[in-house]
Amino acid sequence: MLDGLSDIRIKIGSSSAEDVVAFYLERIEKSDINAFTCIAEDAIDQAKKVDSLDIEGPLAGVPIAIKDNISTKGLSTTCSSAILEGYVPPYDAHVIERLRKAGAVIIGKSNMDEFGMGTSTETSIYGPTLNPWDTERVAGGSSGGSAAAVAAGQVPVSLGSDTGGSVRCPAAFCGAVGLKPTYGAVSRYGLVSYANSLEQIGPLANRVEDVAALMDVIGTYDNRDSTCVKHDTGYTDALQDDVEGLKIGVPAEYFGEGIDDNVQKLVWDAIGKFEDMGAEYTKVSMPNTPYALAAYYIIAMSEASSNLARFDGTRYGTRSEGENWHMMVSKTRQEKFGAEVKRRILLGTYALSAGYHDKYYLKALKVRTLVKQDFERALGDVDVLMAPTMPTPAFKIGEKMDDPLSLYLSDINTVPINLAGVPSISVPCGFSEGLPVGLQVIGNYFDEATILKAANTFEKNTDHHTKLAGAVV
Amino acid sequence: MITKEQVEHIGWLARVNIDEEDAFEFASELSTVLDYFGQLDGVDTSDVKPTYHVADVMNVFREDEPTGSLEQDSILANAEEIQDGYIRTPKII
Repeated sequence: MLDGLSDIRIKIGSSSAEDVVAFYLERIEKSDINAFTCIAEDAIDQAKKVDSLDIEGPLAGVPIAIKDNISTKGLSTTCSSAILEGYVPPYDAHVIERLRKAGAVIIGKSNMDEFGMGTSTETSIYGPTLNPWDTERVAGGSSGGSAAAVAAGQVPVSLGSDTGGSVRCPAAFCGAVGLKPTYGAVSRYGLVSYANSLEQIGPLANRVEDVAALMDVIGTYDNRDSTCVKHDTGYTDALQDDVEGLKIGVPAEYFGEGIDDNVQKLVWDAIGKFEDMGAEYTKVSMPNTPYALAAYYIIAMSEASSNLARFDGTRYGTRSEGENWHMMVSKTRQEKFGAEVKRRILLGTYALSAGYHDKYYLKALKVRTLVKQDFERALGDVDVLMAPTMPTPAFKIGEKMDDPLSLYLSDINTVPINLAGVPSISVPCGFSEGLPVGLQVIGNYFDEATILKAANTFEKNTDHHTKLAGAVV
Repeated sequence: MITKEQVEHIGWLARVNIDEEDAFEFASELSTVLDYFGQLDGVDTSDVKPTYHVADVMNVFREDEPTGSLEQDSILANAEEIQDGYIRTPKII
């Protein structure tokens, strides 16, 4: 079993943060799963500072990997894109300020799909991150590096971001725990925007309690993100080992066509386990689920086309030659953006353009309302919803790269949650032919406490999280 | 459904230059995705309001007080070409 935060605190106490960080750096060095885009040169110095100043924050000396779309002062932030090659942010994201204050050691930046656009971390300029359980398979995405690094024991905890499943998908594929907080629970200040009305920064770890510990640190109010909402924290306090009387809703629409039989079985087994532990389940209907994927992609691409307009070769990143400003910008974006990023910018621009705005963008926003109402109705009757996180276990590298739509369809069970903005956690619930499968537990707005409690109770009463991936060296 | 010429036009709107060869490929790929998006036509949304974002917040105000900002040098350090404290670009018109 890999060390969690409580084990690491003991080790730091008996030796030093420097030793612990050196241990993890060596593991990263020895590995070839390509989880990192860069390693912080000052990682050991950060650890030494914790040792010498006796810093006592809740994460003092704990090494953490940060997805490469979260701004880290003085440390390269590229979103795994050629257009941001060489970019070094002059400021820290809110979550990074909080982590530093808590004594965490930023060990490096983790690999991702370019600008978060993907489900497999294959669109990264640095090449794909390999799945620690089977290196011929994808780690999931877009926070593939953050999940793989955790599952391979290269860091105990990491941060990802989740626009349409980008924390939960790789967590499920790599056998890690990943939380997508309620929209507004974590400040997006310093997160490079892809689809700003959908995305949240979220923690990944090998244990539910470590995810909760990270939320206690990063989930505080910040007025620099005007969609950040003041709310109660105390995530760790919610971690009781008890689901007696918990009401679970099981939406039939999340077990439909395309959901692998083994995955369905493992998720139903997990729901059975909850019943054994005193919870009860009912089937619920969320009839607008089939339209969520199209609505999600229209909204995400439309927002992306606007958000990514800032990458123009002017203020940061690289620049191509052009005889005037327009040509310089057009050439820069042609040469430095990857194919998937261009597809999404083009589709988003089309969906927002005169004549098509109402047909695509406005229509998608209305469907979003219907999807949100499905959640409000269902969560009015039950405490949590449970479903498979991903329709299948991790697929082979290259398998879906030639067919964008087939890749989009992998997000079928994760995107509705982002449209509604509710929180959701993926926890390991078993293995299908040696590959991890994730159970998704979805909760009501700002009720992370209930899904953390459910996930924690499940973890404490099962042993899926104790198994080691083959890539742990 | 979407033509090569439309792709080139959208490319210009989005300031993404597109070669002729790529335009054909994008036209085919984007058509497949747009075809999939077309399924929303069948959803009755006649009395439904759009949801732009889900956070239960409207305008967020703060006192109009000056605060610190980033150092000019640290920002200019990321620009490809600078001159006299400005970022330099090719001519716009």
